Amino acid sequence: MLEVKDISVGYGERAVLGGLSFELRDGETIVLLGANGAGKTTLIKALNATLPLTGGDIALDGESLTKISRREIARHIAVVAQENETRFPVTVLEFVLSGRFVHGNAFGWETVADVEFAERALTDCDLSGYETRLMNHLSGGERQRVVLARALATGAKILLLDEPTANLDLAHQAMMFRLVRERCRSCKASAVVITHDLNLAAEFADEIILLKDGRIAAKGTPIDVLTAENIKDVFGVDVLLDENPASGSVRVTSVF
Amino acid sequence: MENGIGRAIKLGVVLLVLLSLVLIGAVMLGAERLPLFDLSEQQRSILYDIRLPRILLGACVGASLAVAGAGLQSLLRNPLAEPYLLGVSNGAALGTMLAFVFFQSLEITRPLLAFAGAGLATVAVYRMAKSRAGMNVERLVLSGVIVTTFLSSVIVMLTTLLDAAKLRSFTFWLLGDLSQATVNGVYLSLGAVIIGTIILMSQARALNLMMVGERDAFDFGVEVGRVRVLVFGASSLVVGAAVAASGSVGYVGLIVPHLVRLTVGSDNRLVVPFSAVAGAIFVVFADTIARTAIAPRELPVGAVTALIGAPLFIYLLRRN
Repeated sequence: MLEVKDISVGYGERAVLGGLSFELRDGETIVLLGANGAGKTTLIKALNATLPLTGGDIALDGESLTKISRREIARHIAVVAQENETRFPVTVLEFVLSGRFVHGNAFGWETVADVEFAERALTDCDLSGYETRLMNHLSGGERQRVVLARALATGAKILLLDEPTANLDLAHQAMMFRLVRERCRSCKASAVVITHDLNLAAEFADEIILLKDGRIAAKGTPIDVLTAENIKDVFGVDVLLDENPASGSVRVTSVF
Repeated sequence: MENGIGRAIKLGVVLLVLLSLVLIGAVMLGAERLPLFDLSEQQRSILYDIRLPRILLGACVGASLAVAGAGLQSLLRNPLAEPYLLGVSNGAALGTMLAFVFFQSLEITRPLLAFAGAGLATVAVYRMAKSRAGMNVERLVLSGVIVTTFLSSVIVMLTTLLDAAKLRSFTFWLLGDLSQATVNGVYLSLGAVIIGTIILMSQARALNLMMVGERDAFDFGVEVGRVRVLVFGASSLVVGAAVAASGSVGYVGLIVPHLVRLTVGSDNRLVVPFSAVAGAIFVVFADTIARTAIAPRELPVGAVTALIGAPLFIYLLRRN
């Protein structure tokens, strides 16, 4: 479990996040929503201890992240950042296996178990048969799925995903969210996901945090948070709300 | 995976065969041709006192420059990173020259100042190339060019302090020259390349993540600062020792890791050791040409590596 206790984060003099508190419980998927510049990516970096806090604390299973080594944090928390391009000929399997870094020693090679983790992750991400393909020969969407597969291959119990569906087609957007939610429920893992798609958030989130100017504007279940007032307040747009006839979730339609 | 292992085994066998052939050729060929067996007293003296130290030093220098290139390229996420192009070799050359001019009686100061010069040049290029937005190819190459030309100017100014005979010998050394090889020089280079390669091998898994991105590597548990210090330190050590012994031999660190990656992929656990062997083969081969092409006169080995390396580099650049 990850406990966020009244944290503040800033870049130099500029405060980006202030007074944020929430809990990420086992099995739970939290979706972060907010306008550009609201502090979503900064929060993901703070949750992964990439950025130092200017106030408050984040505890992993009761222990402050500041007291845990980088290696130990990486055993528990995996990040899916917006994908990087590499100029080297790295194969998909090599890339996914690099996610097992913290499970090996300096001179070591991956074990059979490491390869099994990687292959299972590739299968889960609909990437069977991609093992020997080069990363820089893949489309943006395919690379994004490989990046998710690497995070899943770590075996970490907490997944932090920064706009994982940005380059994906409709089918793979749903696949990615479904996969993350299933991982959370079946393995008692948990995830924090950034997206700009309010309907995907409504469909897959256990809890939504709506960020505005680095503070929590609303927090709770999708039905509680995705109200016309909250959306107008955070995004400045009018929306129509109804019920998705297939899933029963709240459905958001922008009014232009 | 199996394809990768198969390719690695094949390349290992090919490199060992090539290394054996190149070593045998290098022993036999030269201004004085030597037989492999039944050597006369004079031939033994040529072999053990002159030729063998030179061949072994060439192998160490080649291995040093190639592993440094492999490590720096992965660390800086840039296949163009190379000790010669980044100014690291010139930093080591300036250090060696300072020792040569000011501490001539203390031979040990040459590798020490070469190491210090290589380290300072590496840090200077890294600092100049890195901006708040990260590091791109153009900035890195430009920083390397700036540092290289600046250090070259300082070296040229220092040459005015040398007399004519020393100046000729120094100019030859600056272009890459193995003719001054000594047994002590071989020991020093061998020690440096063994230590440097072990350090780089110990960071190979971390470098596999670093070559995708520093942020990625950090997220997945790599202590980025520590890896940076170790790779810069190991590269400076091997380049310092190589340059102090043989001057600036260019293109080895650029071409060799690139060719190895084309064969076995980008896994640094394979790229680093294979680059060491391939680099040794390349420089021993180039030095054999340098010794024999216009025998009994000699070419600087750096001129031969550049003559082979530059067209190959242009070909690879156009191919990619």
